[in-house]
Amino acid sequence: MTALPPLGGPVTDVDPLSEQYEAGRERLGIEAGLDAIDLVEIGDSTMELNMGPMHPSTHGVLRLVLNLEGEVVLECRPDIGYLHTGFEKDFERHTYQQCIPYTDRMDYLSPLFNNLGFSLAVERLLGIEVPLRGQYLRVIMCELCRLASHLLWYGTSALDLGATTAFVYAWRDREKLLDINELVSGVRMHTSFIRVGGLLADVPDAFYEMVGAVIKTFPKLIDDHELLITKNPIWRQRTIGLGTLTPEDAMAYGATGPVLRGSGVPYDLRKAHPYSSYDHFDFDVPIGRTGDVYDRYLVRMQEMRESLKIITQAFENLPDGPVNTTDRRVALPPRNELNTSMESLIHHFKLVTEGMRVPAGQVYQAVESPRGELGFYLVSDGTNRPYRCKVRAPSFSNLSALPHMVRGELIADVVAVIGSIDIVLGDVDR
Amino acid sequence: MIGPDDLWWVLLIKCGVLVVFLLTAFAYLTLAERKISARIQLRYGPNRVGPFGMLQPAADGLKLFFKENVAPAQRDKVLYLVGPSLAGGAALLAYAVIPWGTNNWFGHEFHWDIAHVNVGLLFILGITSLGVYSLFLGGFASNSKYSLLGGLRSSAQLISYEMAVSFALIGVVILSGSLDLEKIVGSQQGLWFIVLQPLAFILYFTAAFAETNRLPFDLPEAETELIAGYHTEYSAMRFGLYFLGEYINMVTVCSIATALFLGGWLPLLPFHPFDWIPGPIWFLGKVGVLLFVMIWVRWTLPRLRYDRLMNFGWKVLLPLGLINIVITGAVVALRA
Repeated sequence: MTALPPLGGPVTDVDPLSEQYEAGRERLGIEAGLDAIDLVEIGDSTMELNMGPMHPSTHGVLRLVLNLEGEVVLECRPDIGYLHTGFEKDFERHTYQQCIPYTDRMDYLSPLFNNLGFSLAVERLLGIEVPLRGQYLRVIMCELCRLASHLLWYGTSALDLGATTAFVYAWRDREKLLDINELVSGVRMHTSFIRVGGLLADVPDAFYEMVGAVIKTFPKLIDDHELLITKNPIWRQRTIGLGTLTPEDAMAYGATGPVLRGSGVPYDLRKAHPYSSYDHFDFDVPIGRTGDVYDRYLVRMQEMRESLKIITQAFENLPDGPVNTTDRRVALPPRNELNTSMESLIHHFKLVTEGMRVPAGQVYQAVESPRGELGFYLVSDGTNRPYRCKVRAPSFSNLSALPHMVRGELIADVVAVIGSIDIVLGDVDR
Repeated sequence: MIGPDDLWWVLLIKCGVLVVFLLTAFAYLTLAERKISARIQLRYGPNRVGPFGMLQPAADGLKLFFKENVAPAQRDKVLYLVGPSLAGGAALLAYAVIPWGTNNWFGHEFHWDIAHVNVGLLFILGITSLGVYSLFLGGFASNSKYSLLGGLRSSAQLISYEMAVSFALIGVVILSGSLDLEKIVGSQQGLWFIVLQPLAFILYFTAAFAETNRLPFDLPEAETELIAGYHTEYSAMRFGLYFLGEYINMVTVCSIATALFLGGWLPLLPFHPFDWIPGPIWFLGKVGVLLFVMIWVRWTLPRLRYDRLMNFGWKVLLPLGLINIVITGAVVALRA
């Protein structure tokens, strides 16, 4: 095995990156000249079916190569990268606050969790804590976002199994949550509402009314959704016993979130490593028993109710006070100071043009996104830009368990299992 | 005596009227489906083309006619065309023997159906089975993997529900003592067969969903699994013919159910003012109700898995059909 050539070393006639690639493949024992997608030999009685990246139920641009015998899946090989955006690399060229809009677009169905994870990581490097009101508002917005994300999952996974109308009802309810996003930030999806040091701004008055309405109406709406699907014999027939993942397997694949909890492992970062004062709230972590598609379904449905519990508590106990930190390394000086203090004016100018400087160091901060453990590993070299950022995406790890779950099942079940993982390709590829 | 039914030009007029009627029914059934599904799903449905979107089917039809025919290069050229033709043709053909009613005009008995066949029921069973070949052939001739899977599924589906359909209908045949659809309707005077044969009706109507490839049994199509199944590689009017076949098939199976179980053209109650309404209107009304149920079910239920449908057909529908035959036969024999 050749040693890895140093990056940025002398120019050779071989691209150093490709040499690294070959060395990596050698280490993994991948035969030279064989692409990962062609690893399985096709026999006479099998058919290779290319599912995606343009397929109605691969949730974006996931490509699966299925080895079929009749309709039975012998082997399934996910091929990702169709939505690769290089956001992590982009972070290195932007100031910390400028990174926030990028995080929105990674897991585009739960943008607030990405905002929160990144902000918390930077705040930990800076050693600052957001005021309690800011933390509570972050919790409310995140849990609303979890509701929206789970509703979308509910709709699309029902759609994958042919229940078209459930999908429309889910979207109807999700609209109300997006309206709240629009109210507080002006944007319905990529809100960038949570920022380093706090929030975009305090919430307007109409916020209380709208969140109050959600707390009041949603338990009934979730009941309605359950009425349509949960006890439906066709749904149960399609999902019970399908795509079973044992707790050991789930942990071995690094699955987190509802996929892990569906297998009966009560691991929830909001309980295990509370952040943003999640320890102030009383809620349960629903877990499944068998780890099949139906259990993951039940876990998510129950999580919506738990999210409502958290929202209710945070909403009722919402403290008064500022939402943003007053630490001058992050916060802009108040407007009245600018008229009298030259230093404040200069500081204001520097913060706006150059951005905050974050002390050198590294940090790993994870939050419990609707899909699982969303971790931000951030390295700072003391400048105004991240030196390196690596995102631990829950969808990626959860997706890696897909081939294991669909082996021996039918094509129709592949669709059901993909739906139950709740992948977001933006999160997988970044 | 030569009645009006035997004149060739009467026959020709009847054919023309029926084809126009069925094509209109197809067009407006698609509109009805979109409107009803929209109402179920908190939407408005098509409402731009014409008042209440009434001209939408015409616009859709024009679009299908003028679109480009895109076909796979490696297709089987003959069978690729036979598939959709069979779909449209078989669907239209089955309607030839559906009884609409009879009238006595100027001393002549007049039948509203085109062909008065005394084994009409068998004819219909045969023709509707023929329709499945269109899915099968289309799926195979396209030379595409998704189409192939759709074609495979349709043949698997065919053998699962076809027996169940036949067995469900035998109860009716025992009661009426005839395979002539008109006689079957006539023998329901006073009491519809849905009362005497509720199980057979449920069995037939369930299997009808499989026969028309509609949710929850739309497995050969299954757009979230197989893109569009057997017609993945069809476009423009070739796809339109499959589309037409599916919707006219819906009308056909609902008409059969009406004739066999809901008293055909007979009024709801056999006295005034119910019998002032002409028979064909009654017939159409009943068909309309059944069509509404079909549309309603489609937008409510998830899809079955195809091996489960085969289980359902062989292990549930078929035994129930057999039980129904035994009970009906025993009761008829004991009463005789």
